Amino acid sequence: MIQKHETPMRQQDPKVRIGNFGEVPLGYAEEEAVREAERCLQCPNAPCVEGCPVRIDVPLFIKHIKNRCFAEAIATIKEENSLPAVCGRVCPQENQCQGVCTLGERFEPVAIGKLERFCADWEAEHGCISTEIQTDTGYRIAIIGAGPAGLTAAGELRKLGHDVTIFELLHVAGGVLMYGIPEFRLPKEIVKREISALERTGIKIKVNKVIGQIYTVDDFLVRDYDAVFIGTGAGLPRFLGIPGENLNGVYSANEFLTRTNLMRAFRFPEYDTPIKVGRRTITVGGGNVAMDSARTALRLGAKESIIVYRRSEQELPARREEVEHAKEEGIEFRLLTNPTRIISENGYLKEMECIRMKLGEPDESGRRRPIPTPDSEFTIEMDTVVVAIGNNPHPLVPRTTKGLDLNRWGNIVADSKTGQTSKEGVFAGGDIVTGAATVIEAMGAGKRAAVAIDRYLKTKR
Amino acid sequence: MYKILSKRRLSAQICEYVVEAPEVARAAKVGQFIVLRLHEKGERIPLTIVEADPVTGGVTIVVQEVGKSTREMGDHFHAGESVLDFVGPLGVPSEIENYGTVICVGGGLGIAPLYPIACALREAGNTVIGIIGARTRDLLFYMDRMEDACDEIHVMTDDGSIGRKGFTSDPLREILSSDRPTDRVWAIGPAIMMKVCAEVTREFAVPTTVSLNSIMIDGTGMCGGCRVEVGREAKFACVDGPEFDGHEVNFDLLMARQQFYVEEERCALDRYLKSQSKGVEQ
Repeated sequence: MIQKHETPMRQQDPKVRIGNFGEVPLGYAEEEAVREAERCLQCPNAPCVEGCPVRIDVPLFIKHIKNRCFAEAIATIKEENSLPAVCGRVCPQENQCQGVCTLGERFEPVAIGKLERFCADWEAEHGCISTEIQTDTGYRIAIIGAGPAGLTAAGELRKLGHDVTIFELLHVAGGVLMYGIPEFRLPKEIVKREISALERTGIKIKVNKVIGQIYTVDDFLVRDYDAVFIGTGAGLPRFLGIPGENLNGVYSANEFLTRTNLMRAFRFPEYDTPIKVGRRTITVGGGNVAMDSARTALRLGAKESIIVYRRSEQELPARREEVEHAKEEGIEFRLLTNPTRIISENGYLKEMECIRMKLGEPDESGRRRPIPTPDSEFTIEMDTVVVAIGNNPHPLVPRTTKGLDLNRWGNIVADSKTGQTSKEGVFAGGDIVTGAATVIEAMGAGKRAAVAIDRYLKTKR
Repeated sequence: MYKILSKRRLSAQICEYVVEAPEVARAAKVGQFIVLRLHEKGERIPLTIVEADPVTGGVTIVVQEVGKSTREMGDHFHAGESVLDFVGPLGVPSEIENYGTVICVGGGLGIAPLYPIACALREAGNTVIGIIGARTRDLLFYMDRMEDACDEIHVMTDDGSIGRKGFTSDPLREILSSDRPTDRVWAIGPAIMMKVCAEVTREFAVPTTVSLNSIMIDGTGMCGGCRVEVGREAKFACVDGPEFDGHEVNFDLLMARQQFYVEEERCALDRYLKSQSKGVEQ
């Protein structure tokens, strides 16, 4: 008899967790993991592997868990995925491996993500599985940006025996994993652990390097490197373009989260960077970043945290689990609502004027287009606003690289299978190519580019 | 880690540091800035580059001790020691051309970023008139360097402790009112000084460049915390600036945004000073 529902993972009580930055789901114990692994049907066609952007051999690693061979399970995952502790926590599995799970046709799908996380945590506790590195090839590769795409490309290229150096603009590696995703969803110690594991394989990471200013991609190609991978991400915050948006107390989600996660402002004044959150915060947007911001606001002391989103619940781009977590924590959703003006009084934010929306025909994104209802303006009182409506590509590297084709939004044009750009020896992947997407999609792109770079190097002469 | 090659006290509250950062030194251009972080718990501090020497790899910055981090730097970071992070060059370089006659106005700490601009303008063939000022004599630095860099120099203090008593905008107005033609003005200093200077030059329709020191975190375009209104459009001081057309900048908004963390800044400084006095007792 197959267990119909997935084995639940213990999690911090919502009432308790809104007062701390500790992780929300607490992980599986071995027994729980084995019980969940036993639900896997071991389908020969394995749709879950197709559903995974980095093509982990899902049935095999789950079989190892079922047999209590946990070291083999994590080794299987790591053959394809350099950051399992990250992916097990932040991947939108419901749209990927779990979305196509055969068991899911009748019952709840196998909790593949939770099992992946279990394996990574098991490794952290029981000692590291060493990665097999091929003999040195003598080829040197420069990777720009130490986010999910760059780290993955680096990991794969290093496995193939290449000499890899990552250049990162911030003072730590990790990109969005460090500055964007909050501690309660992805503890920074875990990110650091995964990055140290990569460094132990021989990857060099140089932080505080502004590529485009100190060196250009052309400098790299002329001087020291045989190929370059650009994974500089979508780092430029978008704003709404409404009156009052530059007032004090209006943050971009990037600023709000960077202060908190990267600069540890939640521990001010022990850490030097401050952050200011009032009693009532409004977050504008419906993606994972909006959920992260609204939940962070509660933990920073807001009494009420409200999400304002212009479409309906069905269109929320955030992961289901994140929406559920947000609701459990008491986040209020004002749907079909769009801000039109931010109003202050005596230098302090006072209220947000919004307009009610209704849904029309589907737009180019396939979701129903939100249409304002005339004369339906109303106001919501607040004292802090976080704008979480997406990011634009980081312009520094594209702007300073000769012969690199860009699209009209400033993204680098690259082959979706290989990451090859219009410039020989230069590959790109992740948000800088696709616009803001997910960690795992960026990792998939990094991995495909690594394969293509390897092939390019070997056929170059 | 980035080693402090030398440290020189310019006044009771102001120090000049040369930090070893060869890649930054090689790439730096006039008008750009760096971001530094003292230690693991430190904040990211944006500072304009004063000089960059590609031969020694030294990058010169000037720091005024106004808050917790800058006090800490002055008290505890000496030549031979290191700061944890030092990243740059950031921002768009100054537009140096032969304009003809340029007035360079520097107030307080703004004299530090103004000095290399004055030098570059002179080298480009301009006649450079310098106006520098501070609240009082003790806060005025680089007087000799500015004298060398400019064809003519006016020194102002609010209290008249050195130079003339008054504001930097006074000689600016006098020169613009005289029959001497002025082609361009650079004004760098506290927001209120830049605002007043831009108002004066607007009357005379002289193009004016200002350098904005808004609150930043990453300094690379990611946080948007430094956004300013220029010509009614939101711009990021870090990647679109730091220099902008002074006649288009909304200075009132800039000043309001600079004040946002005043309470936290005071709290951090008080806590630091308390910890220091305890240290002395022990």
